[in-house]
Amino acid sequence: MTKHEHIVSYKTIITVWLLLLVLTGVTVGASRIDLGALNIWVALGIAATKSSLVISIFMHMKYESPVFKLFLLIALSVLAIFVGLTLIDVLYR
Amino acid sequence: MSEHHKDYTGAKLGMWFFLFTELMLFGGLFILYAVYLKRYPKEFVTAGDQLSVVLGTTNTLVLLTSSFFVAMSITALQRGDKKFSLRLIGGTIAFAGVFLIIKYFEWTAKFHHGVYPGSPHMKEIAPGESIFFSLYFITTGLHGIHVIIGALVLAWAMLGVKTGKVNGKDWILLENAGLYWHLVDLIWIYVFALYYLVL
Repeated sequence: MTKHEHIVSYKTIITVWLLLLVLTGVTVGASRIDLGALNIWVALGIAATKSSLVISIFMHMKYESPVFKLFLLIALSVLAIFVGLTLIDVLYR
Repeated sequence: MSEHHKDYTGAKLGMWFFLFTELMLFGGLFILYAVYLKRYPKEFVTAGDQLSVVLGTTNTLVLLTSSFFVAMSITALQRGDKKFSLRLIGGTIAFAGVFLIIKYFEWTAKFHHGVYPGSPHMKEIAPGESIFFSLYFITTGLHGIHVIIGALVLAWAMLGVKTGKVNGKDWILLENAGLYWHLVDLIWIYVFALYYLVL
């Protein structure tokens, strides 16, 4: 067992939880306003903010070594390439 | 002697690799969603309006809070508060149950309206709407299976904490169970945004 394992404080976890609740409220509120095509991007933007909070604090990614972050970056990039190339095909066919 | 040698980083990295494969699994379903949203934007809005925002939001709060409980339980265990840690894991499993019960009511309400894969009603409605509901059932169904598995894995970790096998010095099982649970929460954040909040 590594000695330098970081213990996340209760306070940090509670703060993140409260932020997540607020963001859920914001995304529901924003979805009831008609912004046209922008709606989906607002919803996805808030979802991305929420997931980065979960990943960095709840999943301890913030405190992991660079190796973990590198692999996460690779995985997300691969997913972005899949989604991006598919959308380029579908949108500009 | 070998019992004391544990590769903590390796165990955790292995779990992350597994989570990446899960990301690709659900990623495929989200790509399908994107492609069909582009093709049937109007139908997706009509169909999405038939999902309950109240129930969807409730389930979002339930999962976020359960994720919060798991994160707290790890800190509690690291600080040596075994009792509090056990309560938090128990709370998470209870919330997994609440989530599934709400999901059950949502699905059965849809079934009563004739909305389920392969139903006669699904053949009558616009193709875009039936595609939306088919994707909804596949995605939430697959996600629901993950909720069940996550609850079982957490129960396993809870048993470990209870017996002392998982403790303030060796908590990798709880950590990895927690990572899986957070993934379940992460997927739901996107399901909620795409299926319930589409306007």
